Amino acid sequence: MAPSPYFFLVIFLGVALVFPVLPLVLAWMWRRFFQPPKPGAAKNATYECGIESLGEAQIQFHSQFYLYAIIFLIFDVESIFLIPFAVAFTGLPFGAFVAILVFLLLLLEGLVWAWSKGCLTWAK
Amino acid sequence: MSEPIDQNLKSELQKQGIWVTSMQELYNWGRKNSIWPLQFGLACCAIEMIATAASRYDLARFGGEVFRPSPRQADLMIVAGTVTKKMAPQIVRLYNQMPDPKYVISMGACAISGGPFKQGYNVLKGIDRYIPVDVYIPGCPPRPEALLHAFMELQRKIDEQKLTGANKAPHLQADRPSEFPVPAFGAHDLEPPANPDLFHPPVSERLSG
Repeated sequence: MAPSPYFFLVIFLGVALVFPVLPLVLAWMWRRFFQPPKPGAAKNATYECGIESLGEAQIQFHSQFYLYAIIFLIFDVESIFLIPFAVAFTGLPFGAFVAILVFLLLLLEGLVWAWSKGCLTWAK
Repeated sequence: MSEPIDQNLKSELQKQGIWVTSMQELYNWGRKNSIWPLQFGLACCAIEMIATAASRYDLARFGGEVFRPSPRQADLMIVAGTVTKKMAPQIVRLYNQMPDPKYVISMGACAISGGPFKQGYNVLKGIDRYIPVDVYIPGCPPRPEALLHAFMELQRKIDEQKLTGANKAPHLQADRPSEFPVPAFGAHDLEPPANPDLFHPPVSERLSG
C-alpha cells in the first residue's frame, strides 16, 4: 500500500517540533549540570542599561493627554490619509470624495476644539 | 598540577592521526574562541574598539565579533575609555549583571588609572578600584593591534584555567564573589572611593638620595 500523500506533512510536523525543542532541552540540561551557580541581587535584577529600575512597568496615562491624541490625529494621521487622497483625486468616485470630506470635517472640528482650548499657543 | 595526559603520548598519537583531548581542554578551547564582548564604549578608545571589530582589523578572526547589547549574553567587558564618577556605578552594575564566567579588559590609560584626566575631580582613577581586571592595555588610545593583543592574552589566560583542583577557575569556586558592591554618589567622591577587598595597588618605595 502506498503511503498517504499527506504523510510528509506529519514528518514536517515532527521536525518542526523537534527542531526548536531539542536545543532548548540541551541548553536547559547544560545550564542544569554545568552552569556555575552564582545568582545575585544585581544579576537577577531588571536590566536597564546599568541604571537601577524605578517604579512599575505597568503605568497608566492620565486622561488629560486626550488633547495630545487629538493633535496627533490632526497633524500626523491625517497626512497619511491626505496624501493617497491627493494622488488618486481625479479617479475617485463621488462617494469616496464625500467620505474623505466627512473625515476632514471631523478633524477640522478637533482642530477648532484644540485651538479654542489654547493648545496651539506656545507656552512661555 | 600534573597533566592528565602524557604530552609525549599525545603527540605520538597525533602523528598516527588520533587526537586525544581532555574535557578541560575542550571546554577552554570552546570558551576562548567565542568570547562575546559587551557592547558599550565610554570615550575615544571605543572608536579604536569599533575599528578592531570592523573589517580592517577583524576581531572576528578570534571569535570576539559578537558584541552583545545585553550583559546577560556577554562574557567580556571592554572598558574602553574614561570612566567618569557619574558612570562608574553603572559600569559596576553592568559587570554584576554579566553571567559567570566573565572577564574584563581595561583599555587605555583612562580605564587603567584615569590617564590624562587623573587630576580631574570627576574621573575615576582606574576601573580596577571596583571590578577585577584581567588584562590591561596601555595607550592613549591603544591601537587596534593592542586590543587584539589583549584579546589574545585573555585567550591564553582562559586556556590556562583549570576545571578541577584547588586553583580552579574563579567562577567555579563557590566562595569567590560574582558581584561587587556598587559605589554610591557621596558628597565629594564615590562612596567608597575603592573596594578595599579588591584594590591593592603596588606600593612603590621611593629611592632616596
